[in-house]
Amino acid sequence: MSTLRTEEMTLNMGPQHPSTHGVLRFVVRADGEVMREAIPDVGYLHRSIEKIAEKVGYRGFMPYTDRVDYVCAMFTNQGWGMVCEKLAGIEVPKRGEYCRVIAAEFNRIASHLLSVGAMAMDIGAMTPFAHVIREREMINDLIEELCGARLTFNYMRIGGVAWDLPPGWREKALKYLDHFDPILEEYNALISWNKIYIERLANVGVITPADAINYNLVGPNLRACGIKWDIRKDIPYSVYPEFEFEVPVGNGQWGKLGDSMDRYVVRIREMAESSKILRQALEKIPPGAVLAKVVRNFKPPAGECQIRVESGRGDMGWYLVSDGTGYPWRVHVRTGSFAAMGIIQKLSAGLMIADLVTLIASLDVIAPEIDR
Amino acid sequence: MEALQILERVKNRFGDRVLEISEKKPDPFAVIDPNAIVEVGRFMNEDPELAMDCLSNESGVDYKDRVEVVYHLFSYQHRHGAVLKVKLPRDNPSVATLEGVWKSANWMEREIFDLLGVNFEGHSDMRRILMPEDWIGHPLRKDFVEPPEYHGISTVRESPIVRLDTKKK
Amino acid sequence: MQTLIQNLIASGAFGKNPPRDLVAAIVVFVMSLVVFLAIALPFAGIVTWVERRVWARIQSRVGPNRVGPQGFLQWLADGVKIVCKEDIVPDEADARLFKLAPFLVMLAFTLPWAVMPFSSSLILADLNVGILYMTAVTALTVVGVLMAGWASNNKWSLIGGVRSAAQIVSYEIPAGLSIFPVVLMTGTLSMQGIIRGQGWAPQHWFLFANPFTFVAANILYMSSLAEANRTPFDLPEAESELVAGFATEYSGWRYACFSMAEWGNLFIIGAIITTLFLGGWQFPHVTNNVVAMNVLELITFSVKVLFLVFLSMWIRATLPRVRIDQLMTACWKYFVPISFVNMIGTAVWVAIWPDGNVAMGYIMFAGAIALGAIFIQRVIYYLRRSQMEVYLNPTI
Repeated sequence: MSTLRTEEMTLNMGPQHPSTHGVLRFVVRADGEVMREAIPDVGYLHRSIEKIAEKVGYRGFMPYTDRVDYVCAMFTNQGWGMVCEKLAGIEVPKRGEYCRVIAAEFNRIASHLLSVGAMAMDIGAMTPFAHVIREREMINDLIEELCGARLTFNYMRIGGVAWDLPPGWREKALKYLDHFDPILEEYNALISWNKIYIERLANVGVITPADAINYNLVGPNLRACGIKWDIRKDIPYSVYPEFEFEVPVGNGQWGKLGDSMDRYVVRIREMAESSKILRQALEKIPPGAVLAKVVRNFKPPAGECQIRVESGRGDMGWYLVSDGTGYPWRVHVRTGSFAAMGIIQKLSAGLMIADLVTLIASLDVIAPEIDR
Repeated sequence: MEALQILERVKNRFGDRVLEISEKKPDPFAVIDPNAIVEVGRFMNEDPELAMDCLSNESGVDYKDRVEVVYHLFSYQHRHGAVLKVKLPRDNPSVATLEGVWKSANWMEREIFDLLGVNFEGHSDMRRILMPEDWIGHPLRKDFVEPPEYHGISTVRESPIVRLDTKKK
Repeated sequence: MQTLIQNLIASGAFGKNPPRDLVAAIVVFVMSLVVFLAIALPFAGIVTWVERRVWARIQSRVGPNRVGPQGFLQWLADGVKIVCKEDIVPDEADARLFKLAPFLVMLAFTLPWAVMPFSSSLILADLNVGILYMTAVTALTVVGVLMAGWASNNKWSLIGGVRSAAQIVSYEIPAGLSIFPVVLMTGTLSMQGIIRGQGWAPQHWFLFANPFTFVAANILYMSSLAEANRTPFDLPEAESELVAGFATEYSGWRYACFSMAEWGNLFIIGAIITTLFLGGWQFPHVTNNVVAMNVLELITFSVKVLFLVFLSMWIRATLPRVRIDQLMTACWKYFVPISFVNMIGTAVWVAIWPDGNVAMGYIMFAGAIALGAIFIQRVIYYLRRSQMEVYLNPTI
């Protein structure tokens, strides 16, 4: 019997593909349903935010940082604030730090909710997405009351936050948390422990701990590989040392360590931890000012520094070079999604086309963060 | 280990190929001879006391008279970090790639190539990453001037405020 | 049907001594048209509205509620809109095949209605191979879908078409094998014959006749979902993977043909299961009025079918999609062997109890009720926990 001649098929996945959300592109070399390789092509959402920083000055750049990662914009706000404060040696008032933590942790829940919901939708279940959007909507309502915006918050300032908590907001937030904890349980019952869902995610896109570090994966993606590393615990910033919370890590319960299911479960558990932090923060929040006195024409001394902040997608590094004028000389943001995209080409070999979609979703890749 | 101790250790090992150690707060850094960067990187990665297993950040800065590539290294094992720098001439800057030591360098070096025009020798896939493939120039260079149009798409826009003003007249 | 044709000829509506075949052909054509236009098309349309409303409830949304009472006429509005859309044929596509494909899919959707047993008298043609005919013509879909996938000249469409072909052909086997137990018990392939073999009470349904038929009914339902490309087996049109699968390049009414066939097929799935396992139109004999009896039977049949349609909507709203290898594994490694066991088991059962085992029917019915009670208890538990109480929007 003569052998059948077959050839590989080159597929262009994106940017107009439903699961790449219009901003990513993969060139997939596939043999039938099995991929040989998926080569990511990014840059569809490049807005030259780092160049903009050099033109608009320190204070003017704060609204632009929202656009670095519009799914969890509080952390980019916080990162920019922190790197400027570190360079200029500004101390943020205690209440300001608490406000930052509260806003940021709410934003983390919102970001993780969107991530797990979008993941369920990429696997083909529509209902979980609608449910998480409902929950996220309530968080957006809370944050809207806090800072007047629902997506690009522009809440923080260099030296603190723009506004104090509105009256009655604390009670509302606590009420929401009481509502949220059982919802998480319901969500698990609906989708997390669904047999099909586990079968689709377990043993797909396995990342070894060594690879995860070598490729500079961060945040939930890194923790899913079994590495207990959280900037909030290990290089503490803000007032995080005052709170008690766990760092959930992947344990390979459903398949191999570091597979898509581990990444998914780590996000689910982190939401519960964020809820814990929020309860403590709302409980302990001290009175006082929320914004330190910073000169209007903010000019940090010449120099350079880097800070790392644990965003929804993990360790986000802000590198700032100042020449002593009112405009930053150079700003560089190292984001989690950028590194996560780099590992997709390696992981994609041998997966099925359907798995590529779940792999992208499980790495929680957000296009604005890749391209900036 | 403190950042300065790490840099001292590298200095002891490589001598004058570590050109300068800046103790400036908050982040001290060492300037490395561009020809030795791969050796230094590999040493810092493999040395058991440093064990820099992660290249956390790699970015480029254009200083008008020179271009610097900045490496933020980090060790998950010992939980310490250090900063290295390479100073390059502004015309045709070129330095060896660290892709062989840390895989994460691949994409970050592509980004620096794209935005600052630093060529990384030995890189496996030296293409533009964020800008379109037919873009001319490197946007983060300080002397970069934005072209008025790209494939017939204008990149300049009339200010709407000015237009209202002229209408009033 | 025969008497109707005789009467028509006798009445002289077709002139003197018309050819009998011609009259029969016209009568059948008109009646098919009535069934298709009055039942099949509106059903497919209304199901889209029902599905959207049911989905919306499950997803805690509102759903379409503007056109007509509770949005009931939404399907008409959508239909008018989609017919008005431009019918695009891509330049690179194989135009003839591309245009033909939706018709084949529609054909596979319309043909089964010929043997649909709505009631004891309402059936177009009570073929003596009814159920065999049903499975044969529903599998025609694969030709249309594969043709659409190939002719679109789009790689995503092609993958969708090939997936669909693999899926439908594979799942024909467990579906076909699951029909055998019923055929073994009744000794007939006629739809009416199978229904007459059951009683109106649940314990006399073939679903509860013996454990093998119960399993067979479940396998048949799942396989039918797979054949109709419904979640969790909707791989050929997996939105997040293949854009819209074989229908990617279609627009306007040709696209409507595909989606109509998909939703209409839900009714056909329900009808097959109802006929084979749920007692069909069987209703207790309460009146001697034939018309009233037929209406009651029609209602019984429709309620059973609509329950199964609702079930498939519920499943679609709850479950994620399987992967192609898992789909094939489920079919060849589990469904097919289990179907064979069912067949042999039922054969043995029939050999031991040729007239059926009445006690078993009661036991299985009781067991099914217990299972249902446990399930509903779980549903109510989560229903209570997820009540919305918090309204946080500062502007309302």
